[in-house]
Amino acid sequence: MEVESMYREIILDHYRHPHNRGLREPYDAEVHHVNPLCGDEVTLRVAVKDAGGEPAIADVSYDSLGCSISQASASVMTEALIGKTVREAMGISGAFLELMQSRGAAEPDEDLLGDAVAFEGVSKYPARIKCALLGWMAWKDAIAQALDGSPASQGATQPGGEQT
Amino acid sequence: MTTTPTHLPGPLHDPAATRPLDVADIRADFPILGRAVRGGRPLVYLDSGATSHKPRQVLDAERDFYTIHNSAAHRGAHLLGEEATDAYEAARSQVAAFIGAQPGEIVFTKSATEALNLVAYAMSNAATAGPQAERFRVGPGDEVLVTEMEHHANLVPWQQLCQRTGATLRWFGVTPEGRLDLSNADALISDRTKVVAVTHQSNVTGTVPLVAEIAALAHARGALVVVDGAQSVPHRPVDVATLGADFLAFSAHKMLGPSGIGVLWGRRELLEAMPPFITGGSMIEVVRMEGSTFLPPPQRFEAGVPAAAQAVGLAAACRYLDALGMENVAAHEEALTAHALEALGGIDGVRVLGPLTTEDRGGAVSFEIENVHPHDVGQLLDELGIAVRADHHCAWPLHRALGVQASTRATFYVYNTHAEVDALAEGVRQTQRFFAAA
Repeated sequence: MEVESMYREIILDHYRHPHNRGLREPYDAEVHHVNPLCGDEVTLRVAVKDAGGEPAIADVSYDSLGCSISQASASVMTEALIGKTVREAMGISGAFLELMQSRGAAEPDEDLLGDAVAFEGVSKYPARIKCALLGWMAWKDAIAQALDGSPASQGATQPGGEQT
Repeated sequence: MTTTPTHLPGPLHDPAATRPLDVADIRADFPILGRAVRGGRPLVYLDSGATSHKPRQVLDAERDFYTIHNSAAHRGAHLLGEEATDAYEAARSQVAAFIGAQPGEIVFTKSATEALNLVAYAMSNAATAGPQAERFRVGPGDEVLVTEMEHHANLVPWQQLCQRTGATLRWFGVTPEGRLDLSNADALISDRTKVVAVTHQSNVTGTVPLVAEIAALAHARGALVVVDGAQSVPHRPVDVATLGADFLAFSAHKMLGPSGIGVLWGRRELLEAMPPFITGGSMIEVVRMEGSTFLPPPQRFEAGVPAAAQAVGLAAACRYLDALGMENVAAHEEALTAHALEALGGIDGVRVLGPLTTEDRGGAVSFEIENVHPHDVGQLLDELGIAVRADHHCAWPLHRALGVQASTRATFYVYNTHAEVDALAEGVRQTQRFFAAA
């Protein structure tokens, strides 16, 4: 089936056996994001640390309700981001966003994105891009708050954009 | 409810008065049903609750209007203007006849959503209107009563009305079976209740609340009754004379008509007294720099150049449905619904939301599949050519009340077949196999 280009085995694996799931202490920021269309939601925490004078991602933990794409995407994201410097993580998240907006025409960098390259097929289904981005948008919000110390927000993830 | 219900559960139509629809014949009128979708598969369209398809009779009526009569209705000193006005007003009469109303009681809006907002905003505008608007006024101490099963279109406008005026929002809950819980109706409907807004058929569970009974209780306390008919008017006979409501809202695009036009029916004496919502051209009587006076209804509520082509298309949809016979439409959908309830209910791991029989239940069948998210169900069904809706269907509180985050919904209409219901059930089984844990 054509749809298997979206539901790659690696995505279904992450969906059935999510990594880094469950909210953990300690953390520097916590956010709650909702997809207003379907009501999918994610609560996400991020902890930062110092890595040789540069901020880095010590931990990303989350609790979520959602479809296979949103669940697998959050799992893959934590694998891709934990341990990276914030600068590296921003690059990865930017590359993932670009991949999601590519309508299947991108040539994703597997070294950069890891398992997240498997989401290439999702970009061909516009209605599902929001699902794949839910966790990533929550992360972007959380890391911004962790770095500038602003209070936790409640937000809705907009398609391909920032939370509002 | 201590009040004795006068309603006996039963079919939504008179079974003795129906004849089967010739679905093959009907399908031939809908060009879109002939197209292929993913992988060249035939389209199995089970999303008419979101929007219906349009028969060529409706498309032709709109095209003819634009081709032959196009002009701005209710203005213009020329022949085309006269013809456009005649066509628009004839459409109003056709729509009125479809629900047993008078033409002067039919207000064209852009959608059912706008029709409901029209009443809600007219009620807050009543605060600064003359004494004739007294019965539309709400403020602190007053109550607006809705239900937990409303579509957001018949909930959020009332929340906003309360926010603007200081009135209090209250609501009927739902039972675990997805019926309206009327056990506390006598407490909820009081002298403080100014308006009761209730759906005529849930867009999620198909539940048909006892609108006439609720309306009787509301009227006994002097409250207005606003009914959301978006999911009832397209699917079964609706007669405003027996409905019990003061206002009824519905949309053309869910009843084989064009998008961009909806209807508000209101009792004439209420429309006469109600202040306007949207103001501007076409709705005024005299305009001076210091202020303006307004036309009688329905023009008072139709500011701007009317959507005449859409009204003409809606009238053609009414004629199409009248020719089929709304009793027959209701019977056809009841048979499909019964089939779907049985076919889906018989699959392990599938839970149908709402009533499990067709008694006081229309043709919206929402369900959840254990361990498979509705988005994933919708995606797999789409792959098989089956179009369903998969989210909270603009009824988030109802989903919360039923203990689910979202659901997959199949809705039926005149062109759907029993084979399509079987395809849905088979698609659900395939979806389960696809997502079964490895």
